[in-house]
Amino acid sequence: MSSTSSSGAGGAVDRDHKAIAEAIEAHRECEGPLLPVLHAIQDRLGYIPREAIAAVAHALNLSRAEVHGVISFYHDFRAEPAGRHMVRLCQAEACQSVGSEALAAHARARLRVDFHQTSADGVFTLEPVYCLGGCACSPTMMLDGRLYGRVTPERFDRLVAALERDK
Amino acid sequence: MNATAYVPSDAAALAVGAEEVARAIQRTAAARGDEVQLVRNGSRGLVWLEPLVEVATPAGRIAYGPVTPEDVAGLFTGGFLSGGAHALRLGLTEEIPYLKRQERLTFARVGIIDPVSVSDYEAHGGWRALRNALAMGGAEIVEAIVQSGLRGRGGAAFPAGIKWRTVVNAPGEIKYVVCNADEGDSGTFSDRMIVEGDPFALIEGMTISALAVGAKRGYVYLRSEYPDAERTFRSAIAAARSAGCLGEDILGSGRSFHLELRRGAGAYICGEETAMLESLEGKRGMVRFKPPLPAIEGLFGKPTVINNVITFASVPIILDKGAKYYADFGMGRSRGTLPFQLAGNIKRGGLVEKAFGITLRELLYDYGGGSASGRPIRAVQVGGPLGAYLPESQFDTPLDYEAFTAIGGMVGHGGIVAFDDTVDMAQMARYAMEFCAIESCGKCTPCRIGSTRGVEVIDRIRQGERRQANVELLRDLCETMLHGSLCALGGMTPFPVRSALEHFPEDFGVPGKAARAA
Repeated sequence: MSSTSSSGAGGAVDRDHKAIAEAIEAHRECEGPLLPVLHAIQDRLGYIPREAIAAVAHALNLSRAEVHGVISFYHDFRAEPAGRHMVRLCQAEACQSVGSEALAAHARARLRVDFHQTSADGVFTLEPVYCLGGCACSPTMMLDGRLYGRVTPERFDRLVAALERDK
Repeated sequence: MNATAYVPSDAAALAVGAEEVARAIQRTAAARGDEVQLVRNGSRGLVWLEPLVEVATPAGRIAYGPVTPEDVAGLFTGGFLSGGAHALRLGLTEEIPYLKRQERLTFARVGIIDPVSVSDYEAHGGWRALRNALAMGGAEIVEAIVQSGLRGRGGAAFPAGIKWRTVVNAPGEIKYVVCNADEGDSGTFSDRMIVEGDPFALIEGMTISALAVGAKRGYVYLRSEYPDAERTFRSAIAAARSAGCLGEDILGSGRSFHLELRRGAGAYICGEETAMLESLEGKRGMVRFKPPLPAIEGLFGKPTVINNVITFASVPIILDKGAKYYADFGMGRSRGTLPFQLAGNIKRGGLVEKAFGITLRELLYDYGGGSASGRPIRAVQVGGPLGAYLPESQFDTPLDYEAFTAIGGMVGHGGIVAFDDTVDMAQMARYAMEFCAIESCGKCTPCRIGSTRGVEVIDRIRQGERRQANVELLRDLCETMLHGSLCALGGMTPFPVRSALEHFPEDFGVPGKAARAA
């Protein structure tokens, strides 16, 4: 797990430290606090910085290996920052039945990335997802946490273009 | 003029533009000087008609759909606020055949009420069951659930009352109630619709379960792919708490139950109950060995009731109308109703709650209207990624747990995904193995290694490499996974693979008889 986090300005390091400390403080008293803490960190920073592992492990009386093991187990947790916009395309059966694979090929070409990659300009990260619960209006995708259904290549292009405009 | 209009805030409705429609209605109403009270309801489940807008009229609610923001001006000029004519007018919502012919018990309020209004919930029969439960002993509540015949709706179909009884009898001061809302099966969305459309039903059902078994604390483990559901449910928990229906001193009874939502993190395996417990405890979602059963040693080693959203949300109607009322629906040992979800390549996708016993054909054609593409439906997967692929010759099988087991399938969580005749079933079998490889927790070898080997063998078959021998190898591998895996992921991935091979051998390039000979 390599991280390019907070190597820049001291402001970013401070921001990260503050977010990590607050996430720990907000959830350390609950039962089974690790996932809530990790979610809180990622909600704030967009990923789990490497330095969070030691801090969380220390606060929750876990080994760093345990924390790392949890981060790497779950698809949601990222060890590195994503692009500014997260595009998650459903690739499960219901969406496959109405052309999600063709849509994925279109998305790869349009964004010039493969699944699990971030575009060179850092604007888009493309991830597959296995069911978004919109199976009666497939194909579906999630853009920055918002669900879209009946997604055609044309609709995909419109939505992506709108995000590019207000980047 | 004055009117009440309804625009769903259900994720599927939002996914096809409900938010934009709601804003257009507010804008247009303001510009015209109309007073419109806009209620953001759940979805009626007629997803192909979403965004479905309704208005309240003296005759009942009138539906319009699917509405785009561009249609809104025309709706106003057509007088839709009083149910006026428009090309999108569908008449009285309750009279739409798709809805009218359903038997809505668990979904009775979904799409009708404001999901986070405690008083609206109460006005539609909410909290009656909880009041009844508070007047009953734990054993009496458990007995009612046993008598209702309610079985776990998450997929395994274990009798809920028996599970609750086990927790009641398990020694220990601290017990938990956990709701599995990690609805990861493709083609399923009924849990999401309850959480977004009638969250108090889930809260009430879990509270009743807690009263029955003596639990003071509970968790809802909700998948992270459902952010809209998470927002709604957090509001619902807060609203129920301030109304005194949850938390300390429930309805003045002196009893308490504290409920908390926990977000999953994108692991399908955490829908398996013991992996979910590990995840709630803050660990990797690795499957546990059973025994011990979670009912005896569950969350943090304490006796734990684990049920799915639909199971808990079905509890209030049983405690309100009686076990017999519920048990009078259904067939055989499958009592009550199941909210089926029509998905994939289907013309009228959505939610159909019916008593057990309806056939697949009725659901696919009478409700679903056939495929969306207009081509013949060739295969249907029932019960999620671990469910069998069924050919047309099995469409008359009644949806009943035992009838599906008899044909090598499973009803599971009631998801039904249709595929037209352009589907490549060898590709679908490959996908089943691939999905298992991606989502395996890695604890047992048949699942962890078998799924990857499965993808490779299917690739060889598809490339025509020693087809017959590789088909036999695939069958062997399926046997090993079926019998040697620790949980349903590895143990049931063979269902879609074997059924595809059995019913659609031509897609694997092997003659039917030869494929079956192994």
